[in-house]
Amino acid sequence: MEKALLSGNEAIARGAWEAGAEVAAAYPGTPSTEILQAFATFDDVYAEWSANEKVALDVAVGAAYAGKRALAAMKHVGLNVASEVLFYSSYTGINAGLVIVTADDPGMHSSQNEQDNRNYARFAKVPMLEPSDSQEAKDFTILAYELSEEYDTPVMIRSTTRVSHAKSLVALGERTVHPQRKYERNPAKYVMIPSNARGRHPVIEERIRKLREWAETAEINRIVWGDRKLGIISAGAAYNYAREVFPNASFLKLGMAWPLPERLIREFAAGVEQLIVVEELDPFIEDWVRRLGIQVRGKDIFPMVGEFTLDVVRESAEKAGLLPPSGRKPAPPLADLPPRPPVMCAGCGHRDVFWILRKLKVVVNSDIGCYSLAVLPPLDTTDTIGCMGASIGVASGMTIAGLGKFRGRPRRNVAVIGDSTFFHTGLPALASAVYNQTPVTVIVLDNRNTGMTGHQGNPASGDTLQGRPGKRIDIAEVARAMGVEYVATVESRDWPALEKAIREALDFPGPAVVVSHDICVFREHYTREPYRIIEDACNGCTLCFRIGCPAIMKSKVIDVESGRPKAYIDPAQCVGCGQCYDVCARQAIEPGAPIEFNL
Amino acid sequence: MSMTNFLVTGVGGQGTLLAADIIAQVGLAQGLDAKKSEVHGMAQRGGVVVSHVRWGEKVHSPLIALGTADFLIGQEVVEGGRFLHYLKPGGVLLLSSETLPPPSLTLSKMEYPPAQKVIDAARQITDRIIFIAAPKLAEELGNRRVANTILLGALSAQMPDVDPKFWLDVIVRRVPQKAVEVNRKAFELGRKMGQEI
Repeated sequence: MEKALLSGNEAIARGAWEAGAEVAAAYPGTPSTEILQAFATFDDVYAEWSANEKVALDVAVGAAYAGKRALAAMKHVGLNVASEVLFYSSYTGINAGLVIVTADDPGMHSSQNEQDNRNYARFAKVPMLEPSDSQEAKDFTILAYELSEEYDTPVMIRSTTRVSHAKSLVALGERTVHPQRKYERNPAKYVMIPSNARGRHPVIEERIRKLREWAETAEINRIVWGDRKLGIISAGAAYNYAREVFPNASFLKLGMAWPLPERLIREFAAGVEQLIVVEELDPFIEDWVRRLGIQVRGKDIFPMVGEFTLDVVRESAEKAGLLPPSGRKPAPPLADLPPRPPVMCAGCGHRDVFWILRKLKVVVNSDIGCYSLAVLPPLDTTDTIGCMGASIGVASGMTIAGLGKFRGRPRRNVAVIGDSTFFHTGLPALASAVYNQTPVTVIVLDNRNTGMTGHQGNPASGDTLQGRPGKRIDIAEVARAMGVEYVATVESRDWPALEKAIREALDFPGPAVVVSHDICVFREHYTREPYRIIEDACNGCTLCFRIGCPAIMKSKVIDVESGRPKAYIDPAQCVGCGQCYDVCARQAIEPGAPIEFNL
Repeated sequence: MSMTNFLVTGVGGQGTLLAADIIAQVGLAQGLDAKKSEVHGMAQRGGVVVSHVRWGEKVHSPLIALGTADFLIGQEVVEGGRFLHYLKPGGVLLLSSETLPPPSLTLSKMEYPPAQKVIDAARQITDRIIFIAAPKLAEELGNRRVANTILLGALSAQMPDVDPKFWLDVIVRRVPQKAVEVNRKAFELGRKMGQEI
């Protein structure tokens, strides 16, 4: 059998393909993004980036109703957006199999919170499988389709960063093709008006009871007897660490996060002297075990906060006396190394907008995307960021509340939102502002791709996941059509025009939208060679350092008068945008020569 | 249970993930189990990239523990230094002379440290330190991008039990067709560099 080194995400995609899934939809989000990117490359499948996770899950539900196996994938907070779909699809059930992947981010490597989405399974009364490595990710995905059709339910797969982005060996299988299931009209099942929904609720309670029965004997919930002194219940990524830290203990490895079995847990608990649960984030399993009246320890030993590692599990266990102290003292990290936080790319058009906003001293209600990096120094020009699409609503609220006075002067605020986020959840907030005539100022940073997650296409680019012909939607036209009476479109590199548009928008008595075309250097190119510092003219004033361009650094040459290092532009990193030229007050920067394109 | 732990560290765009992929695949080629893990997402924005790789009969955790890396491969001076505490006492540090000053330095009083600072700190942990002018050597071979292959060659020289054929097979499979020859040369050059401690 052919084997391949696959990430958890690639393995989930492979599993869906082998299970015969034909339709998949997602909105990109770390650590889930590669699931759809991998699925999209298989033969005989349809895969799309939807405008948001709710739409993605609706699309997958529709495909499943119509009789084709379907997949929706999202990061943990994406499921918040799609949660309403999760709840109705739990009630309606499916026709062909439907699998929903949630990729959680313990440790918040790239997220605004570390919610534990196992809670959604219990909340929505939907089964959830939880793989620990790539082989399980593939196998569990295939199993999820079988369960989905057998029990007429969406099935969730819960991954985490260390499953999604870890690679391990996977045995590859063939694709099983399933003939499309017949769609039959059945309003009592698929039309969730109250009278029908009332009929469905007992059905899903019975379904979860049957699934709990299945979980009692399921192969993916398995006991590995070892030393009976210590019994460990674990699941997901945490299982890998626990196995290594406690090589001799007895294990109950739960491949199904919900519903949890009862008899199996009782059997395991009865077979060991001391029972502990090793699980990341919430005490989800622990609470259930405790509810069964079984004595158990978990979160009093292992942290509820942050990502587990071998070190976290080992140190917690040693502290609790479960392991003898190893006496191992790893060296402390080397001190005084320069930090390397992520930065906006050289030539990123978002920098233009935040430079102007910094000058205007407005309150910035920002949003999720590359531009969230503007909160870091030296730009340091962001007041609030909450979740996808929050900028416009929060800015509206601040506008309504008047913001009061700031140091004796009226202070105004703006919403800043990227193109992808605008289509994701910005649209309803703008509709609301127009409808209520809230005089909010909205700046859309339109760089025509979903940058932070790896430059995916979106409605503002028109590029589709599988290269099918798409259509680009013009954001300014959308704003006008929605009734916004002040709409300006500007190029971000044109600072005077950009500043004028933002000032006019701030002065406009109704909702106002400025669409700034920000170049993303991964999609578009500037037309000049790298810029150069004119050493004689530069006095090391540091003004160009303040735009935070990674191509600009301190020169080894010190200015004699000021005693400060002059600036240096790294020609390998400079993309010829000219932001430093615009900011320099001493004409100490020479533009690069225009690039001749042979078209 | 015998386990070999690798930590590969660098800066977004340096090919850290590819180098780690190659190491994992060399483990598999020998019939061992292998896992690797890293965090994607922010790495593209010039951030730190760290990849864990493990070989063994059966690998559970995709992450290695502090102070247990048999091999620390630093593709950049500061990023090699930042993860020194992962290195096992007596483990091997392979440090590239590549220096990529982070933008945070422009507005701070901090200086980019000399490589010697990292090497001196490493001496507290191990004597097995190989400092390689990988970018310069790669440039001399006519392709800056083979700096990582030079490091992998040096790594292979430090693993005498692994037939170099396994390394070359995987590298040849993973690089563009037209770059196969220069990568072969880079690997051999790295092997020579890696024998000197």
